[in-house]
Amino acid sequence: MSLLAELTGSIGSIGYGLAAIGPGVGIGIIFGNGVQAIARQPEAYGVIRQNMILGFALTEALALIGFVVPFVFGK
Amino acid sequence: MSAVIVSSEGCHLNSGCGFPAPSADIFFLEPYATLHIAGMDFVIGKTTILVALVALVISVFFLAAARPQRMVPGKLQSIGEQGYLFIRDQIAREVIGKDGDRFVPFLGALFFFVWLSNLMGVIPGAQFPIMSSLAFPVALTLVVYATYLYLGMKHQGPIKFFSAAMFPAGVPKAMYILLAPLELLQLVVTRPVTQAIRLFANMFAGHLLITTFTVGAYYLLSPSIIGALGSATSFGVTVVLTGFEMFIQFLQAFIFTLLTAVYIGGSLHAEH
Repeated sequence: MSLLAELTGSIGSIGYGLAAIGPGVGIGIIFGNGVQAIARQPEAYGVIRQNMILGFALTEALALIGFVVPFVFGK
Repeated sequence: MSAVIVSSEGCHLNSGCGFPAPSADIFFLEPYATLHIAGMDFVIGKTTILVALVALVISVFFLAAARPQRMVPGKLQSIGEQGYLFIRDQIAREVIGKDGDRFVPFLGALFFFVWLSNLMGVIPGAQFPIMSSLAFPVALTLVVYATYLYLGMKHQGPIKFFSAAMFPAGVPKAMYILLAPLELLQLVVTRPVTQAIRLFANMFAGHLLITTFTVGAYYLLSPSIIGALGSATSFGVTVVLTGFEMFIQFLQAFIFTLLTAVYIGGSLHAEH
């Protein structure tokens, strides 16, 4: 089979950039809605902040896995 | 970090060599001594010493803060009480609920150990976040993992604990074919793996970032306008990033403890 296209160089960096898109959008949504919720109901600050940080932590894990994987599997 | 500085010795902007960007090598420090006991290698290095130091500092501080319990607390006792109350009110009671109080010592030890370990990344002289070695987050996560699995099986019974996790209420019956394996995987594999990776990767990335700008400041330092300005900028960024990193270190320690509390809470009460 002949090679049609090849990609060389620091592909890991590109991979991390791609991996960061989803979590970037996700974290934006989480904090945006969190701030909105706090503005609407300031007395529920404790519960909202706790769930906000929890959602942030779970979403951020995806970006961090994207950051670590090139170090692990990269050549 | 010392290895990078040595390899970039005399390597400045116009001296012909390229930018010696730090790689993952900076996390593998030279061991001070290696002990061979029963066919295994025990390495004593910077990380080992820092971990022992952190454990010692926390033990001594909290023992000293708790020993003479007075009605009117002294300076040390009130700082210790602040730390305890922070864990109790912000994490244990908020997440687990009323019976969270008996987990405060566990959560507190976890939080302060992780926080101080992370803080070693910016303390001059130490400057190596312990949690950027994967072994330490993994060990802590295994303790947490064992704790919440044990608590879940003890409080709900082994069968009910796993079935409650695998078959969440309010889902159409047919969906369970898809959902049950995923929920089991989430409970047994994804939770501990992400908890360890999150702490490790945050410290790893932060340390790498600070090192890159530090090496950059050193590399750009040369008798030219661009070099001087670039070096000053890079150094300024290092200072700003160090402040940012201290925030991240606190946040990651908080998140690690918060997730532990959430998992323990989920094990104690079935419907969550």
